[in-house]
Amino acid sequence: MVTQIMSDTDHDDAGTTAARGADGDVLRVTGLTVEYVTDGDPVRACADVTFTLRRGEILGVAGESGSGKSTLITALTRLQRPPAVTTAGSIVFQPRDGGAAVDLVTASPRALRALRWTSLSIVLQSAMDALNPVMRLGAQFADALRTHDRSLGNDAAWARAAELLATVGISGDRARSYPHELSGGMRQRASIALALACGPELVVMDEPTTAVDVVMQRQILAQVLRLRRTLGFAVVFVTHDLSLLLELADRIAIMYAGRIVELGTASELYDDPRHPYTRGLRDSFPPLRAPLRRLTGIPGTPPDLRRPPSGCPFHPRCAARFEGCDTHLPELVTKGGHAVACRLHDPTQRPQPAPGTSTGGAR
Amino acid sequence: MTATTVPAPSAPGAPAPDTPVLEAVDVTKHFEVRSAVGARSVVRAVEGATLALHRGRVVALVGESGSGKTTLARLLAGFYAPTSGEIALEGVTVRQRRGRVERGYHKDVQIVFQDPFGSLNPLHRVRHNLERPLKLHHGVRGRAELDRRVRELLERVALTPTEQFVDKFPHELSGGQRQRVVIARALAVEPKVLLGDEPISMLDVSIRLEMLNLLDRLRTEDGLALLYITHDIASARYLCDDIVVMYAGEMVEGGPKEQVIADPQHPYTRLLVESSPDPGRGARDRAALFDADADGLGEPPSLIDPPSGCRFHPRCPFAMDVCRTQAPPRTDLGDGRWARCWLHQKTQENE
Amino acid sequence: MRTGLLKGWKVRVGLSVIGFFVLLAVLGPWLTASVPGLDPRANDLTAIGLPPSAEHWLGTTQFGQDVLAQTIEGARGSLFVGFLSAVIGTALAILVGLPAGYFGGRTDSWLNFLSNLFIVMPVLPLILIVAGYMQGTGLWVIALIIGFFGWSGGARTIRAQAMSVSNRDFVLAMRTLGEPHHRLLFHEVLPHLTGWIAAMFLSGVIGGVMAEAGLAFLGISDSGAISWGTMIQAAQQQSAVLRGMWWWFVPPGLCIALVATAATLVNFGVDELANPKLRTVRRSVVRRAQQTSVGSDA
Repeated sequence: MVTQIMSDTDHDDAGTTAARGADGDVLRVTGLTVEYVTDGDPVRACADVTFTLRRGEILGVAGESGSGKSTLITALTRLQRPPAVTTAGSIVFQPRDGGAAVDLVTASPRALRALRWTSLSIVLQSAMDALNPVMRLGAQFADALRTHDRSLGNDAAWARAAELLATVGISGDRARSYPHELSGGMRQRASIALALACGPELVVMDEPTTAVDVVMQRQILAQVLRLRRTLGFAVVFVTHDLSLLLELADRIAIMYAGRIVELGTASELYDDPRHPYTRGLRDSFPPLRAPLRRLTGIPGTPPDLRRPPSGCPFHPRCAARFEGCDTHLPELVTKGGHAVACRLHDPTQRPQPAPGTSTGGAR
Repeated sequence: MTATTVPAPSAPGAPAPDTPVLEAVDVTKHFEVRSAVGARSVVRAVEGATLALHRGRVVALVGESGSGKTTLARLLAGFYAPTSGEIALEGVTVRQRRGRVERGYHKDVQIVFQDPFGSLNPLHRVRHNLERPLKLHHGVRGRAELDRRVRELLERVALTPTEQFVDKFPHELSGGQRQRVVIARALAVEPKVLLGDEPISMLDVSIRLEMLNLLDRLRTEDGLALLYITHDIASARYLCDDIVVMYAGEMVEGGPKEQVIADPQHPYTRLLVESSPDPGRGARDRAALFDADADGLGEPPSLIDPPSGCRFHPRCPFAMDVCRTQAPPRTDLGDGRWARCWLHQKTQENE
Repeated sequence: MRTGLLKGWKVRVGLSVIGFFVLLAVLGPWLTASVPGLDPRANDLTAIGLPPSAEHWLGTTQFGQDVLAQTIEGARGSLFVGFLSAVIGTALAILVGLPAGYFGGRTDSWLNFLSNLFIVMPVLPLILIVAGYMQGTGLWVIALIIGFFGWSGGARTIRAQAMSVSNRDFVLAMRTLGEPHHRLLFHEVLPHLTGWIAAMFLSGVIGGVMAEAGLAFLGISDSGAISWGTMIQAAQQQSAVLRGMWWWFVPPGLCIALVATAATLVNFGVDELANPKLRTVRRSVVRRAQQTSVGSDA
């Protein structure tokens, strides 16, 4: 659970991003825990994940393999299948039009179907391969559009499909193409357009640009940002590439071993990462222009979730660990809108005053 | 110690006086493919590539997927013969018989693949992977001697304590550890050249730097000549001395890394550098970049039917008439820099 | 891996059935001779075409032979042919398929041509002709013929798999290290095909048992040897079906069906091992997953 320490009258975060909508949160995730049931002990892939997504915001989720970010995505979208199981927590989705809030964890399949596409859609890493290869692009759009708006005529649906493709920079006459006639980057853009077809309020993107090149990645992200400005959807953007998130996201959650270890605005995380892991991750990306210095990354390897370390899961790799890190699990503490789960920043645990800068890669 | 001040055997930027360890001169590779209906077409994967690897230096080959950088690596690794042009090992042209190089070639040239999961046989222990090259290339026999050499290799790639790793199967190791085993296996041959085909792109972010530092150490301590192939220009800057940029099968620009990245001379290099994630970018630059009309930038061309003239001209904001008809020649820009772009050819002619 | 194979019920049932028949083939004739004192070849003129009784548990044939003793003796003949032909067929398939897939190019063209030739060849008439030339068609000869004509499909499978394994990075990497071809073939590529080879061998056994029965039915068999095929053929010749002597042909027929089913069951398990995508989430796990979920699946 989030412990709110109101040491200073926070809410300084009111004006940090222009994108923040007026009418509050679109998604409130509380204590979400996802386990993989096995023959032995269950493997906890997501543990006590809590965050809110504001309307029109891009929330980046960064983590390495085994950090639970993919598990989080499948849990958020209810796409998970056994042996993955949500064992605790809630994911409350608040529709824009003031409709009743829905808990996605307990929602019936029928209620979920009504939400998908119209309110909540997903773009996967391999989304370009998710297009039906034997259907014309326009037909797939028309299908999706007409499932959610029965009154829409066929011609109108195709016209709308062409419009949607145009929004992602694909000329409308391409609606008559089959997916294989488009390049990988175009297919990925088409699948983003498809996800946006019914005007969702929330789009979950799971590494949507990992399979395309940097130039195409930049084009796709520029389009996503532009569309968000006009359509106002919120995005949960999951990737392993923190350097990309730092440029793209409004706020970023850093995940490690199934837990959120730090959550703050992109500039906070770049300028003042509080968790040693975040700092190490930030310093794992060599700079493109700044003077080069020797970087070391983070020693060790990400933990095996089948045998998680005791205490803070990061302590075996942490250079700033101290007495008790191997036994006490730090809680996510929010201070000034910037949350961190590290005992260095917990006044009740801290061994000596302000060791904050003793970590990191500079040597 | 910083990466920029790593003592390189030759001063950075200056052309090395010695002959390159491995050199590709005007190498072209075309693949013939047959479609389902039997129509033949030619994929022009690499066109006129020239590249020299020197002792103790790292050259980065940067480009998007499909730019021909992997094909070039495999040409250098001797997996297939170039369609034209030649590859020279220490000044001697490499001959190929029926598309395969002689075995001696691999005594000097080794390659590390992108996928550490795929390049180790899941059925063999670490020990097997390291003992085979020792037996094959150095005739090491005897348990004690083999054990000693294997231990040495594991220590060189920092897989310590070695006894924890020597009897492991690949699936018991993490991605980074596997890639270390792959590198150790290549080192067992004691090569002069190590070709790295995106050696870190499939590893977890937090352990990529350790791998780059390991490669850096190998070139300083052992004087290996390294070719570092990547799509990540920032990691290329971290590790290498020189950068060569490839686009659609052609080399478009090359030179010392800092100059190429800070002041790209080819429009494609500029696009690549601007598109790369850079958290250190100023907020205004970023806004301008994301607001720029990205729709007009297009995509890399098909290598079966590449554009005439300069292959980048359909996407180039500076395209001139001559770009559409004639391929630009290589223009030397001084300080070891060069570019293949008509913009620079024209300015030089005017001077 | 080995323990994983034994976990599925399919494999366990299949293996125990096959094991039972193998034991029967090895020990059975000795058992029948010693315990009830039966001889599968002895003609008891006092008991001709009798239905099952206390004395002859599975009845007797038109020639007064004990069907139980014959079925047990037949297991030996049928399984001998099945296993031997499978060994020959699998060996040929590996010999042709592995180099074809590994080397590719011209080697592949020739070897692939060879296996295609054997696929399109009218096998049955050829077997009839070959069997006609071979004087004294013993079970050895039958097995050789079945194996020799039955490898081509397997060779194509092996070729395809060998091709895909040979193109994987680790083979390329070991080649770059200077491993000679024979090491690459047998130490790097072949071990990855064990699943496919095992599957091929098992279907070879089924095919061998069935083919032996079919050939015997057509009269190509060793009249002296007893197998399930020769039993059915004898029953057919004596119009056992018309006379209602079901006890004569049902036991060998059932045995063939059982062995085939058992081999298929083992094959499923091998397939799942070779191709993890076929693995299903175990039911116990799903049930526990549903119990712990806070979701709406109540």
